[in-house]
Parts: sequence; C-alpha cells; structure tokens
Amino acid sequence: MNEIAPLAPVGLISPEVNLILAGGIGLLFGFVLERAGFGSSRKLAAQWTGRDWSVFRVMFSAIVTTLFGALLLDALGLMSLERVLVLSTYWPSQLIGGLVMGLGFALAGYCPGTSLVALASGRWDALVYILGMSAGVVAFAWGWPFWEDLYNAGALGKTTLAQWWSVSPWGIAFGLLIIAGVGWHLAHRWELRSRTTQGVLDV
Amino acid sequence: MKAATLSAPLSTRSTPEASSRRGALLPWPNLAAGVALGLVLLMSFYISGRGLGGSGAVARATALGLEAVAPESAHQLEYLTRYFGEAGLSDWLVFQAIGTFLGGLLGAVTAGRFKGEVERGPRVGVGQRLLFALLGGGFMGWGARLARGCTSGQALSGGAMLSLGSWGFMLALFAGGFLGGLLFRRLWT
Repeated sequence: MNEIAPLAPVGLISPEVNLILAGGIGLLFGFVLERAGFGSSRKLAAQWTGRDWSVFRVMFSAIVTTLFGALLLDALGLMSLERVLVLSTYWPSQLIGGLVMGLGFALAGYCPGTSLVALASGRWDALVYILGMSAGVVAFAWGWPFWEDLYNAGALGKTTLAQWWSVSPWGIAFGLLIIAGVGWHLAHRWELRSRTTQGVLDV
Repeated sequence: MKAATLSAPLSTRSTPEASSRRGALLPWPNLAAGVALGLVLLMSFYISGRGLGGSGAVARATALGLEAVAPESAHQLEYLTRYFGEAGLSDWLVFQAIGTFLGGLLGAVTAGRFKGEVERGPRVGVGQRLLFALLGGGFMGWGARLARGCTSGQALSGGAMLSLGSWGFMLALFAGGFLGGLLFRRLWT
C-alpha cells in the first residue's frame, strides 16, 4: 500500500510549496475563526463567564471532525498517520502553562490565534494583546534558567490517549463524539441559566 | 435597562459598547464553524503533516525582532537561540499566521464586521481595557512558551491527534479560563 499523504513529510511537495500552502491553510483558518465570531473578545470571554459556550462547541466539533477524517484517510490508505506530527507530552509544563493561559484568556479575551483575527477586524486591543504576548515571550526567555527544569520535566514522549489507555483510536473517537453530544446539551442549559442572570450577549 | 436588553432579539440589539454591527452577517452556527475548522485542520495534517498554530509565529517574530534591534542582548538569551537559524521568518508557522491575519481580514470585511475600535466590556474604560489586554497577552506569551503551544497548537491540533499532554493542557486551559471568568467577571458583564 502506497500512502500519498501527508504530502510534505513524504516529499510529494517541496518545502517551498509547503510554505506557500501554509499561507493558504492560514487564510482558511482565519476566515473560519472570523465566521465563528471569534474575532470578538467579548464573545470569547463569554465562554469563561458561562454565557456563550461557542469556544467549547466549535473546538470540540473541530477535534471530532479532524479525528474521524484522519482515521478514515488512514484506514483508506490515503494518509499515513504515523507520519503526522504528534506532540510530545511534558505534563508539568503543559498543565501549568495551560492554567496560566486560561487566566490570560479570561483576562484579555483572546487566545493567540484569535487575536490575529481580531486585529484584522480592526480591534486595537488585539494589537496591544499581541505586544503583551511578545513581552511574555521575552520574559520567558529572560527567566529561562528559572523554568528550564520545569520545561523539560515529566517527559512522556509522543504518547496518545489511545496508547495510554491501550484502546483503539476509533474507540476514543466515538467516546469523544458521545462526550461532545452530552457536553453540547449541558452547555446549552448552562447558557440559558447564565444569560438570564447576566443578560444576553450580542456579537 | 436590563429588562429591555433581555427582551430584544439577539441580532438587532445594540449598545454603545456592543461589537455587533448593524447589517453585519451573523456568525455561523457552532456546528458549521466547528466542522469547517476541523476540515481546515485535517487539510493541514494532510498537506503538511502538522497542525495549526497561533503563538509560534509571535514568538519567532519577537525573537528575530529583538535580534534585529539588540543582537547582543538577544544572543545572550539561551532560549531564543532556537529561532536564530537560517530559516528566519521563512517558517511554516509564520506563513500560516500571515494567512490567518489575511483570512480574518477577508472574513471581517465580507461580513461587514470590520471596524476600528477598542472592544471592551460595558463597565470598562479604554485605558483599563488596553492594560488588561497587555497583561493577559503577557500571560499568554509566557504560558505558550512553557506549554510549547497555545489553544490552536496544543489544544486543537494536539488534541485532534490525541496527544496525552495536549488533553492535559486543554483541561488546564479550561480550568484556568473558568477560574479567570470568576475573577474577572466584572470586566465582561
């Protein structure tokens, strides 16, 4: 069986073409984020006050879509999942980084990707946010000796949930589909409740 | 005032602080946006064998910007040396981020949502909003370096490939977000 994708790692497209296509992928990414309403800090922040669960729903349905699509392409021999990048696990830095970023997300109303879309929508606060991110990068680099050990701690390699629990990735995919469905329902109930206590949100 | 805002339909209500634009297209339903986002991510895996990112390009641009204005200071920072290779700005994530900006611009203009403003909660002044945006951005910039990625790179892309650490990251991000929602509620409501 001859896998034909992922195209760039297999060498079916050159690094230069891959770079140009990265711009095209980014273009679609930005357009979809904008159409999801994610160029607005008020809409994004409303996830964290429980008034609007769009971030949860869009992310979860995107993950399930990608996962099923990738498993299907792999099963059909159209893409080799073994050559797709799986991020390595370093659990302490990922948990602490995630927690700090959640706080930053609720404070500023953006995550890095959506801030680019917000800036493109004319939001000056997004520009300031991006400058803040730059300052955060410099602060991280400046204090690197303090958190270098934390950064490299708890390395578990390219472990997937499927390997961790010794189940088929298809099993995880169907499990996530069920969790998404239940979450969708609960999120809706939460929204109805918090909107009556905090007012509706328009974006 | 509150009763009036509650009874008005979502699409037509307007307040001075509101970001809604008269006549602007409504956002896509969550499911449509999510499936579309998933297909874009799948395309990224199919073509490049990697997922989407948001923070990597900012980190790279910051490192190279610092190198341009203060090369000696920049080279003393060991963490930044990973960005000082031959590639410079000819990097996958940088091209993708430029595309993301342009895609956002295309989306905002065609939806009638493009408008220069400082978007903020109803009780927050412009200066206050910018201060908190700067601070939150700082948290994000720092945290994304520690976690090796952000909402796009770790949670979305890593999550879709079922990376164990990415799911841990996602849970921590949502925990931090809801904690922040409690702490900073007055900024947004």
